[in-house]
Amino acid sequence: MSGRKIRGLVAKPGLDGHDRGAKVVARALRDSGMEVIYTGLRQTPEMIAEAALQEDVDVVGLSILSGAHMALVPRILELLKANQQDNVRVFIGGIIPDEDVPRLMEIGVVGVYGPGTLTDDIIRDVRSAVSSVSST
Amino acid sequence: MSLATPVLEGNRLALARLLTQIENDTEAGRVALNELYPYTGKAHLVGVTGAPGTGKSSLVNQLARYYRHPPETETALKIGIVAVDPSSPFTGGAILGDRVRMRDLAGDPGVFIRSMASRGSLGGLATTTASIVQVMDAAGFEMILIETVGAGQAEVEIARLAHTTLVIEAPGLGDDIQAIKAGILEIADILVINKADRPGVENAERALRGNLELAHPSKRLINMYSETAHHAAPTVASQHFQGENSELIWSPPILKTIATEGVGIAEVGLEILRHYQYLVDSGELKRREKARLSAELDLLLQATLVQRWRDSIPDNRYQHVLGQIVERKLSPWQAVQRLLSQST
Ligand SMILES: Nc1nc2c(ncn2[C@@H]2O[C@H](COP(=O)(O)OP(=O)(O)OP(=O)(O)O)[C@@H](O)[C@H]2O)c(=O)[nH]1
Ligand SMILES: [Mg+2]
Repeated sequence: MSGRKIRGLVAKPGLDGHDRGAKVVARALRDSGMEVIYTGLRQTPEMIAEAALQEDVDVVGLSILSGAHMALVPRILELLKANQQDNVRVFIGGIIPDEDVPRLMEIGVVGVYGPGTLTDDIIRDVRSAVSSVSST
Repeated sequence: MSLATPVLEGNRLALARLLTQIENDTEAGRVALNELYPYTGKAHLVGVTGAPGTGKSSLVNQLARYYRHPPETETALKIGIVAVDPSSPFTGGAILGDRVRMRDLAGDPGVFIRSMASRGSLGGLATTTASIVQVMDAAGFEMILIETVGAGQAEVEIARLAHTTLVIEAPGLGDDIQAIKAGILEIADILVINKADRPGVENAERALRGNLELAHPSKRLINMYSETAHHAAPTVASQHFQGENSELIWSPPILKTIATEGVGIAEVGLEILRHYQYLVDSGELKRREKARLSAELDLLLQATLVQRWRDSIPDNRYQHVLGQIVERKLSPWQAVQRLLSQST
């Protein structure tokens, strides 16, 4: 433990109305000792970037089931960068076709998790992604 | 460069990062707090407390909207929001969900929302909430809305920190109103019955009114600020408050709202401003400020003196006396006498 709490934001961009997955991840992160800001449904990329800034989070988790990830995710990364929040690690959960994963990783996403992913795996990845930022 | 400078210049990222330093109680954060202190004391601090789910966040959202878009005669206020949620006592983690109800405020540069976890503190706020609020104050937010955990118990800490404390009730929390027991009425400057669209509003109002009559406001002031309340007679008579020679006394109004629909918000908004005016006119603002700072100074002095003294004596002497307390050979009070006389 570094003594410093990991702060995360879990958000659901786009228009689909299912936030069960997002809530499961938020709870799992909490149970691993993190502080998780939960912002709820139908967040625009602008709202997500603004919340990430005000809350000074280390990581942002996006839950996307609508299929709009190739539009939403690059936009969110762009906004984070414009806010000088390049340090924020972004991961995605939801329904993401395999062929889109390489492109998402290329633009800076640290992990893509489909249905059935173990939350322990997400937690482990989040921890190592965050510690690689703070040690540089 | 100091963390304080860009915050004073209005840099939001710098503000957000400094708030993290403050929350983690780092050296850099403390230095910045010292530098910012001269710029504090300007904001109107408004506490919002009440049982879980009564609509605190929804109301904070609406109030912030109201002050951002006030009626024509008023100027818009810059609004800071600090929302505290409980940390899990088992894992130390937390889900901070108050922003869910505040989406209307997104995209407004005159609003800054910060969520924080209570981190083991039990009074409804985190130990660093007061400092977080100070930084927002220095950063130029003119009103700061502070939402407490809302554990339903007496969250008295908020009354110490805030100038104006709103206690939120909702009908249907039980047959009667639950939070009344916790002495929470005594900290209320304004009572809000939210969810006025729900059945049971009349009962809730009647119950509140009955209990308010018991908690006489003048008593309340003297109890909370006993040392100072006696000799500082109100100097300015304000037309807001009753007849010529009645004392300036605030009796908490009971207001009804439907936060989800924005009903009744303007009344609450105006009442909050009116309360601040009352605090100024009655001299109560200065008295409360002084009482609060005096308590804060005493706490810091205590902590510092204890630490200094502990550093100045061998630890085994302390441990020895502690052992005697454990074995019931010395009472804690005798132990203190012994330790302090030995160390001279
Ligand atoms: N019917 C009705 N529902 C409301 C009203 N105000 C809030 N709610 C609902 O009550 C629920 C709780 O509202 P919040 O604003 O999150 O309440 P809170 O006191 O901040 O809750 P905690 O922070 O969890 O203690 C939400 O589902 C709101 O939509 C109201 O005036 N009428
Ligand atoms: Mg809330």
